[in-house]
Amino acid sequence: MKSLRNYIDKKKPLFSPGGKFAKLGSTFGAIETFLFTPNHTSQTGVHIHDAIDLKRTMTVVILALVPAMLFGSWNIGYQNGLAFGVERGIIDNFIFGFLKLIPLLVVSYGVGLGIEFIAAQIRGHEVNEGYLVTGILIPLIMPVNIPLWMLALAVAFAVIFGKEIFGGTGYNIMNVALLARAFLFFAYPSQMSGDSVWIYDLPNKVPIDGFSGATPLAQIGQGAASKMASFHDMFMGFIPGSIGETSTLAVLIGAAILIFTGIGSWKIMLSVVLGTLSMGFLCNLLPLNAYMELPAYYHLVMGGFAFGAVFMATDPVTASHTEKGKWIYGFLIGVLVVLIRIFNPAYPEGMMLAILLMNVWSPLIDYFVVEGHIKRRLKRAKVKANA
Amino acid sequence: MSKVINLKRGLNIRLKGDAEKVLGTHIAAVKVAIKPTDFPGLMPKILVKAGQQVKAGEPLFFDKSNPEILYTSPVSGEVLAINRGERRKVLEVVVKADGKNDCVEFVKTDPLKLSREEIKEQLKTSGMWAFLKQRPYGTVARPESTPLHIFISGFDSAPLAPDYEFILEGQTSAFQTGINALSKLTDGKIQVGIRPDQANGFFSGIKNIVINQFSGPHPAGNVGIQIHHVCPINKGDLIWTINPQEVLYIGRLFETGKVDFSKIIALTGSEVTAPKYIKVVHGICLSELLKKATRQEVKERYISGNVLTGKRTETDDYLGFYDQQITVIPEGDYFEFLGWAMPRLNKFSISRSYFSWLTPKKVYKADSNLNGEERAYVVTGQYEKVLPMDILPVFLMKAIIANDIDKMEQLGIYEVIEEDLALCEYVCTSKIEVQRILRDGITVMIKELGN
Repeated sequence: MKSLRNYIDKKKPLFSPGGKFAKLGSTFGAIETFLFTPNHTSQTGVHIHDAIDLKRTMTVVILALVPAMLFGSWNIGYQNGLAFGVERGIIDNFIFGFLKLIPLLVVSYGVGLGIEFIAAQIRGHEVNEGYLVTGILIPLIMPVNIPLWMLALAVAFAVIFGKEIFGGTGYNIMNVALLARAFLFFAYPSQMSGDSVWIYDLPNKVPIDGFSGATPLAQIGQGAASKMASFHDMFMGFIPGSIGETSTLAVLIGAAILIFTGIGSWKIMLSVVLGTLSMGFLCNLLPLNAYMELPAYYHLVMGGFAFGAVFMATDPVTASHTEKGKWIYGFLIGVLVVLIRIFNPAYPEGMMLAILLMNVWSPLIDYFVVEGHIKRRLKRAKVKANA
Repeated sequence: MSKVINLKRGLNIRLKGDAEKVLGTHIAAVKVAIKPTDFPGLMPKILVKAGQQVKAGEPLFFDKSNPEILYTSPVSGEVLAINRGERRKVLEVVVKADGKNDCVEFVKTDPLKLSREEIKEQLKTSGMWAFLKQRPYGTVARPESTPLHIFISGFDSAPLAPDYEFILEGQTSAFQTGINALSKLTDGKIQVGIRPDQANGFFSGIKNIVINQFSGPHPAGNVGIQIHHVCPINKGDLIWTINPQEVLYIGRLFETGKVDFSKIIALTGSEVTAPKYIKVVHGICLSELLKKATRQEVKERYISGNVLTGKRTETDDYLGFYDQQITVIPEGDYFEFLGWAMPRLNKFSISRSYFSWLTPKKVYKADSNLNGEERAYVVTGQYEKVLPMDILPVFLMKAIIANDIDKMEQLGIYEVIEEDLALCEYVCTSKIEVQRILRDGITVMIKELGN
């Protein structure tokens, strides 16, 4: 490692201000700090620091995403096999799917990190780690048939208009990954919804008889709730859907990692579930349409619910920043998911819009929580003055 | 029996190099210094010249905005130098001790027989006044004011902190006299915070105080946290604080009529060969303490104070005015290959993304590496876990950064000083300089609203 360190130290002046490649300073810095945690020491305040940093935090989130990613890869192969009557083993299904996922990952990271590096250079900042997670989240919430150019466009839009114009990681208002999906959803709806987008090759080839490719949520809307997959299959994830979202089990493994390490907020995850169940039960009491008849707990395993609750709603930058606010924020996401699923027959998946909407509201929630806190403090002063 | 206040939030950082409870040989001071930079906002007017002879208790300088508060020499001897930094800012007034300890004579009497004004006068002229700090802001108390209460924390919960029970042992009489003097300065009480296990300790033998018990991890021993739970500071409130050893100074002054600035400090940290307690004089030059005391195996960082709030010093620097310990840790200026991905079994983290949760008893050798780079706030809810106060620390930080005075006031800037938020800075994923930002905010408050 010493030779590598020496090599970096030798090249460093070239990339420092005044050097030949000073315009690549941020890029160089990003690679350098990726390879070596810098030798920076405490200059003010505390003399020792906790071992955690943003790189570690992001790494843990990526680790938590791995089960969903692995399962998603397998499911691409499995669903394709179902559609065209091809029998493949577990490994073959996985390899089949993984090869489809790799180009998406490459494009997502290539475009996203490229923009991050350029933006950092323009601002003269270090490259932030935020996109490391976003880059893997985006492919996982896309349908497998998404054209690569479309993905590139969505990533560019989300990173530039969702994040960089606000100042980069830590300053964005809305979840960047969901913004990419929302952009495509409204710009290219035919590639983002419908029954054929979820299964690899389905738009081009004729499936075997009786195979529709519709997601369970869509089946309810089509009045085909009876054909819907079983609760077990939906929980395990043997259903069509966006690449990483189908398996509640795989997502729960990720949730366990996030909660155990303390990096994902259990408060948000739990309150989203509570919100969904409460609203779901209310609807069960007054079932006006097929979605309202759906047992409340079914919402937890359908569509992008689990993935959104664990990986999207908990994004600390766009979620509520106060601990009390997190409960309200999560609960309202849960309520909105059910509402959107019930009253928006054109697009039955409510998670994306629910989270984006609450992202916009979370500063307002925080505002009221902080105001409440201030009022309580003022009251304390008055009580004391009268005592 | 006083009520125990249980503080759940906080963090004990277990470090190597806790001081053994033995008192090392007394180290006679060769050089001592009083540093105007130890007092935020102080504008010194120097009263001595290099070469001049001074007695212990003779003033070296005063604060231009509070001219009656004198800062005096802890020893008798010759003024060696008045060291200045950039723009001729006075950094330190150095006195070379002659070992004779000639003292200025002060009033020697039972403080309970003196009036408030007489006590104030004695404290101001003898150099004792500066030990009284006020909340809000943690600055030297204003003599014309009267605090609601005076708070003393009877224990220090910071990493490797000295044990006051050990330091104070056998000095009940001087402490009692000091308390009696202080009790004249407030219409309220002298409030002392102790750990439950101190209930039968040193402070149980002291009269004229109210005892509050605090259990829980650091920062339970911070006087600011204790004030928050006993008598929270609202706008317009004034509390004074002082350290137990400084109460001893005051006690001795009234008992003998002379200043005696000797104190016991802890020499701690993983790089100290034999961490222990030593008796020194206030403001002593560190080179005399650290001579042959450290391992010298790696590059070392010398801290006057503890690892969370202390001041970084060099070996030729002097013990800080309010400091009760010296900590020596390894300097962390090394590169770590793929540090963010490594198991880092030898580093402590409150986060379970490392493995220190598996070894709850392990003591660590911490160095000064940042373990990362400074970033914007991303992770939320971290600070709250280590701050046992009804305060939203991140929102307070943001109010300060935005220079929003109303919000700073509403969010509780009157209740905190740097040491109270030091743990927030320690655990921060984004490596934000919390203490510096807070002091900036306090400086703005003083400038806009007055001290």
